[in-house]
Amino acid sequence: MTEPAGFSLDVENLTVSIPLAAGTLRAVRGISFRVNQGETLCIVGESGCGKSLTSLALMGLLPAKAVRGADRLTLNGVDLTALSERQMSDVRGESMAMIFQEPMTSLNPAYTIGNQLEEALRRHRPVSRAEARERAIHLLEKVGITAAASRLQQYPHQLSGGLRQRVMIAMALMCGPDLLICDEPTTALDVTIQAQILHLLRDLQREFHMAIILITHDLGVVARMADRVAVMYAGEIVETGTAAEVFAAPSHPYTKGLLQCIPIPGRTKRGEHLGSIPGVVPSLIGEIAGCAFANRCPHAADACRSEPPARDLGPGRMVRCVLEPGAVPQMEPA
Amino acid sequence: MSVVSNGLPTAQEIVGPTPGQRLRRRLFGHRGIVVGGSILGVIILMAVLAPLIAPHDPYEQILSARIKPPVWYERGTWEHILGTDQVGRDYLSRLIYGSQISLMIGFFAAALSGLIGTAMGVAAGYFGGRVDLVVTFLITCRLSLPVILVSLAVVAVIGGSLEVVILVLGLLLWDRYAVVMRAATLQVRSLDFVAAAQTVGCSTWHILVSEILPNVMNQLIVVATLEFAHAVLLEAALSFLGLGVQPPLPSWGLMIAEGRNYILFDPWLIAIPGVALFTLLLAVNLLGDGVRDVTAPENRG
Amino acid sequence: MLVYTAKRIVLAILVALTISMLVFSLLYLSGDPATALAGESATSDDIEKIRQAYGFDRPVWVQYLSWLGNAAQGEFGNSLYFRLPVWELILERLPTTMTLGVSAMTFAIVLSIPLGVLAAMFPNSLIDRTALFMAVVGQAMPSFWFALMLIVLFAFTWPVLPASGSDTWRHFVLPTIVLGYYATPAFMRLTRTGMLDVLSSDYIRTARAKGLRPWTVLFKHALRNAIIPVVSLAAVQFGFMLGGSVIIETVFALHGAGFLAWESISRSDFPTVQAILLLFSLLYIVLTFLADLLNAWLDPRIRVG
Repeated sequence: MTEPAGFSLDVENLTVSIPLAAGTLRAVRGISFRVNQGETLCIVGESGCGKSLTSLALMGLLPAKAVRGADRLTLNGVDLTALSERQMSDVRGESMAMIFQEPMTSLNPAYTIGNQLEEALRRHRPVSRAEARERAIHLLEKVGITAAASRLQQYPHQLSGGLRQRVMIAMALMCGPDLLICDEPTTALDVTIQAQILHLLRDLQREFHMAIILITHDLGVVARMADRVAVMYAGEIVETGTAAEVFAAPSHPYTKGLLQCIPIPGRTKRGEHLGSIPGVVPSLIGEIAGCAFANRCPHAADACRSEPPARDLGPGRMVRCVLEPGAVPQMEPA
Repeated sequence: MSVVSNGLPTAQEIVGPTPGQRLRRRLFGHRGIVVGGSILGVIILMAVLAPLIAPHDPYEQILSARIKPPVWYERGTWEHILGTDQVGRDYLSRLIYGSQISLMIGFFAAALSGLIGTAMGVAAGYFGGRVDLVVTFLITCRLSLPVILVSLAVVAVIGGSLEVVILVLGLLLWDRYAVVMRAATLQVRSLDFVAAAQTVGCSTWHILVSEILPNVMNQLIVVATLEFAHAVLLEAALSFLGLGVQPPLPSWGLMIAEGRNYILFDPWLIAIPGVALFTLLLAVNLLGDGVRDVTAPENRG
Repeated sequence: MLVYTAKRIVLAILVALTISMLVFSLLYLSGDPATALAGESATSDDIEKIRQAYGFDRPVWVQYLSWLGNAAQGEFGNSLYFRLPVWELILERLPTTMTLGVSAMTFAIVLSIPLGVLAAMFPNSLIDRTALFMAVVGQAMPSFWFALMLIVLFAFTWPVLPASGSDTWRHFVLPTIVLGYYATPAFMRLTRTGMLDVLSSDYIRTARAKGLRPWTVLFKHALRNAIIPVVSLAAVQFGFMLGGSVIIETVFALHGAGFLAWESISRSDFPTVQAILLLFSLLYIVLTFLADLLNAWLDPRIRVG
């Protein structure tokens, strides 16, 4: 098997399980995807579907109790599952970096912005403090922070949430990573700031030729950012495809349901009910018999009691449902 | 959730365990509470039944039988299981009666300081403003005074006795109550049901007693156990230094002090009352830690 | 930071004044200070003389102010027992107590902080359980009894260390262990909970995401934040140690200020008792004040802005 040229992250059958007193919580149930250079993959799903754990599993930052398994997890052809914790820490921050949901608490309150930026570079590169400082100022300017040099002396508590998230992004870019994982990067921010940060991420991606994995529950974010989309439900990917394909022709009842939950200005009439998906996610402890979405699906049938097939709908396009694509009728607004 | 054929939850699911049952289950499932509680129970029983179970009069001196070692020594006898002290008093009997003193000091001192500290802490937390300022200041002042030195000095001036020790410790050990109760009250005060009670026009006294107090009770119990142990420890130390409970009372601290002269050849005279003291303190601490574990909100089922 | 410092200074002075009043009023607890000072063998003539000499016939507040004025200049009068200025007596004894306090504090910190960190890194492990066990046992062990048991073990049964006196460093070993051990449970618990809190914080995850070495994450990012409350506790514990020195120095016949306090109390040497009480309280006030400043300086959220 020949590796394609350039960067790629390949994930096959990734699982994350957490042993609990009540049984094993199988939070991520064998998901596979691939991200190429310069591409943005959005992993979308509701809270608890395993999307954040997926991102932590890629970084090797899972909580101590959680167990990761994968048939294949390679970054630029390097098998991440074979790396020791020490070797993994060489990869983190160097070729894959991550930013988090909570900018308010993600920076250490005891150290200056400059200190925390510089250490990200100096950990991986044999550079002087002055060079690291240079790079930090350069990147702070890139992420749109004015008076960058003087900001280096400031402490996190002196910056607003939006600014802190920009600092986090600059910090992630210090070593020029091939892959940037963003776990709900805008959820904690004001709406106006959200748009700015997303715009910034797009620009930076173009400039640095990074791949981005963006974890979100917000389809609006997906629409703005995604080249490709993976929809997660109950620890599984139920549908993937390019953003255009998934938005134009959602093939899984869950994706359809999600899309109907967002209002579209001009199309959604004032006072009209938005869609919602009734029911609750099944417990992720132990096995789920058949389709995990069956108990909430308007089209559930006897066939859903067995494991639904992963239907290949063309290159990079998959849906996990017993129904033929196109056979999923439009759901009535609830 | 199991559902019976008619689609309704079963009776058991509706009833479930009551809060009381759940509390009891947590209490008895906690090793610290069970162990600490049992030991404390035994010591309390020992104190109450002292006249019945003590083999000898704790004050009767038999000068011909001084410093008889405990039974596990070669010269020991079953007559005096834990031996006799320097004036020939039965050590086991003194140990048994000594538990009365420790428990009394612990209970009354913790109760007195609890009254003072809770009143101050709840007032500071509830009223805030100047009341809070004054109480916080008083706590700071109190913490600046070394308890041992102050109680030694006070006892020296007015004379040592059981009552004086209880009074002095009770008047000194309120700081932790005040600190904890203030914080707890501040927290409870901001909850909706207090605001609701205020809106309905309940009197301040009513709100304090029936809305605030029940909700800070858990923390109060935890501090009370800590201060109980603290008072027992301090009484022993004061008595050990000769400025607490006075002879011939069988205070454990005093027994250790009296055994000090014989430390070279008969260290068991010190070891035995020390172990008793240690056991009591350990039991109370285990109980207190356990109650804190069990009642901490994050551990509630 | 300036405003904060100023506020803290005012508070410290107010507390010190209140304490001085309490210490002053100690003499009046017995009712008549002249009788208390004169001692048990004094005749009524002696008592009257003392009353005149000390000015007990003046109004109480005048007495307090003159006492306070003298105290502020280090003038506490003469010890009734030694017939020497109290201040000289205390200055002579204080180095011993300070040596004991500092070495006990060092012992406690060196023992408890690594244990607390380890316990937090491996919760519920053998180390954590051992640390917890030590804390529970430590809290239940009367210090004077622990001291006597150590004497039995290490001075008599296995004679490697002296049982009493204060001539060489070896005399300080057992007292240091006893006084220090008493403070370890508090330090250990605070370090453990602080580290547990910090280790689960978002910024530690960020630090790990940067690929920092576990060592850097632990010491630069975690301990720095977890240690802040420990600083305050150290000041408080040092104050407790001064109080505890009264017991420990008495048990080990260590000739420090604590031992002097106990001797003076037993001899009804009130000027000395008052001076030591005031001194220990003031030390506590100064230490907690300094700890607050250090705390504010360690925490940029207070220091800057």
